Amino acid sequence: MNKRKKLDQDHVWGYLMVAPTIIGLIVLNVYPFIKTIVLSFSSMKVFGEYKFIGFRNYANMFSSEEFWRATWNTLLFCVLTVPIGVMLALIVAILLNSKIKGKVVFRAIFFLPMVVAPAAVAMVWKWMFNSDYGVINTIFHTKIDWITDPNVIIITVAIVAIWSALGYDAVLLLSGIQNISKTYYEAASLDGATKFQQFRYITMPMVSPTLFVVLILRLMSSLKVYDLIYMMVGESNPAMSKAQSLIYLFYRESFISGNRGYASAIVIWTVLLIGIITAIQFIGQKKWVNYEV
Amino acid sequence: MKRKKRTSAIGVYIALIIGSIIMIFPFIWMLLTAFKTNSEVMKVPPTILPSSWNLSAFTKVLDLLPFGNLYLNTVLLILIRVICAVVFCSMAGYAFAKLKFKGKNILFTIILVQQMIPAQIFIIPQYQMLAKLELTDTLFALVFPGIVSAFGAFFLRQTYMGIPDEIGEAAYLDGCNRWQTFIKVMLPLTKNSLAALSIFTAVFAYTDLMWPLVVNTNINHTTLSAGLSTLNGQFSTNYPVLMAGSLLAMLPMVILYLIFQKSFIEGIAMTGGK
Repeated sequence: MNKRKKLDQDHVWGYLMVAPTIIGLIVLNVYPFIKTIVLSFSSMKVFGEYKFIGFRNYANMFSSEEFWRATWNTLLFCVLTVPIGVMLALIVAILLNSKIKGKVVFRAIFFLPMVVAPAAVAMVWKWMFNSDYGVINTIFHTKIDWITDPNVIIITVAIVAIWSALGYDAVLLLSGIQNISKTYYEAASLDGATKFQQFRYITMPMVSPTLFVVLILRLMSSLKVYDLIYMMVGESNPAMSKAQSLIYLFYRESFISGNRGYASAIVIWTVLLIGIITAIQFIGQKKWVNYEV
Repeated sequence: MKRKKRTSAIGVYIALIIGSIIMIFPFIWMLLTAFKTNSEVMKVPPTILPSSWNLSAFTKVLDLLPFGNLYLNTVLLILIRVICAVVFCSMAGYAFAKLKFKGKNILFTIILVQQMIPAQIFIIPQYQMLAKLELTDTLFALVFPGIVSAFGAFFLRQTYMGIPDEIGEAAYLDGCNRWQTFIKVMLPLTKNSLAALSIFTAVFAYTDLMWPLVVNTNINHTTLSAGLSTLNGQFSTNYPVLMAGSLLAMLPMVILYLIFQKSFIEGIAMTGGK
């Protein structure tokens, strides 16, 4: 009797308590997800009726030079940011893990870009990278068109992206490093292992699960890059059509040109691409991530 | 041995100081530029300190952008999203972790799957819904996609899973029903997670650019981030104005960060980020 009553109470409260979240997710995510797929098979513009056109959006997309350029730019951006960014973050994490004073201050400084709006970050870097009056060309005595040369702009944005995410990735890696038991290092140094050997045979394998998480997070956010390119390149920049990423192309097609159907096809392609690349990482991780303690 | 240790500490300091300079320099340059005149920044070679600490860029940007409205919209957006996240995610997190009901696993699958799908795929239909209801350019529109959070529900479920069942059972034997157990006994135990979720939600709402740009095109109804981005097109060559605007937009969050930096860093690191 008592048990039955308890079970019923669980049911009533269970449904009531998950209801706001579940209803919200259905309205905000499940329905839009299906709707985007449906839209991608239509010639939908900002106004007008839904008209089914089969795979024509996808056919147009795959034959569009602009689209392939955006795909290439997105992948190039990942190749430029992910390995270098994660490696630098690992170095910063190791430095922050050493026994020195003022660690908290350094950690706070590296983390700072995380709480600054990307719009502000992009503007100051755009100013520093200005080819005529920018402080970077002045300091290094260079004359590089950081912002207007379509072949350089992706590198410029990648530098800013690495700078922005460095502290955040380092903090995640630092917590991974701090979870490693001190006894391993004590045992190793008694056996005469050098600092480098300790890093190679203790730190690296023990931190590899965290490193993998950081790698996936960085990869996924790089594949979705949008705000930095939107702010640093901008509509009026002649390099824009050659420098856009997939999500930027999606934004322009859907909300500036108003091609909702075509834009839906682009975003579905992007999501599939992210899915495939992430899946490859999960398969590849077996080779280097160590889950045994 | 001791000497060797000291030299390596010096090396670490040098590396960290160089890194810190690279991290801080853009903000210093932003500050210095904001106090210069537009003709001064076009000088070759550039001056480092402004020749006179000039406030004209600030007065100009305050004319160009309705900062009062932008601040208010951003604060209200953050406040509503944080309240929604705390209330709805706590309820769902507790129910998924501690209550037994039919269909729980299927419903939880929605939460897991949603987190794996990039949010951009939802944007067009979300916008269309608001446009149909003529709710664009409202505070509601800004809040809309963040009313509920699959990530938050998942995160709090993990927290509630970590609380022993015996605590809830004891409250139940004392005569609390499920809701009372949740409010009086369980919820207070998740304070740290709620703080982390709130900080994460606030920073995300504050830095997000695409959604406010899409849904609230009226400058008086948008957020600091999106409002700031409109300067980029109109005044893309007046760098003191751009820097003064950036400074005004980032200052409140940076001040909060400097005061609560430990909670910020641990909160954002704890939530694993987006």
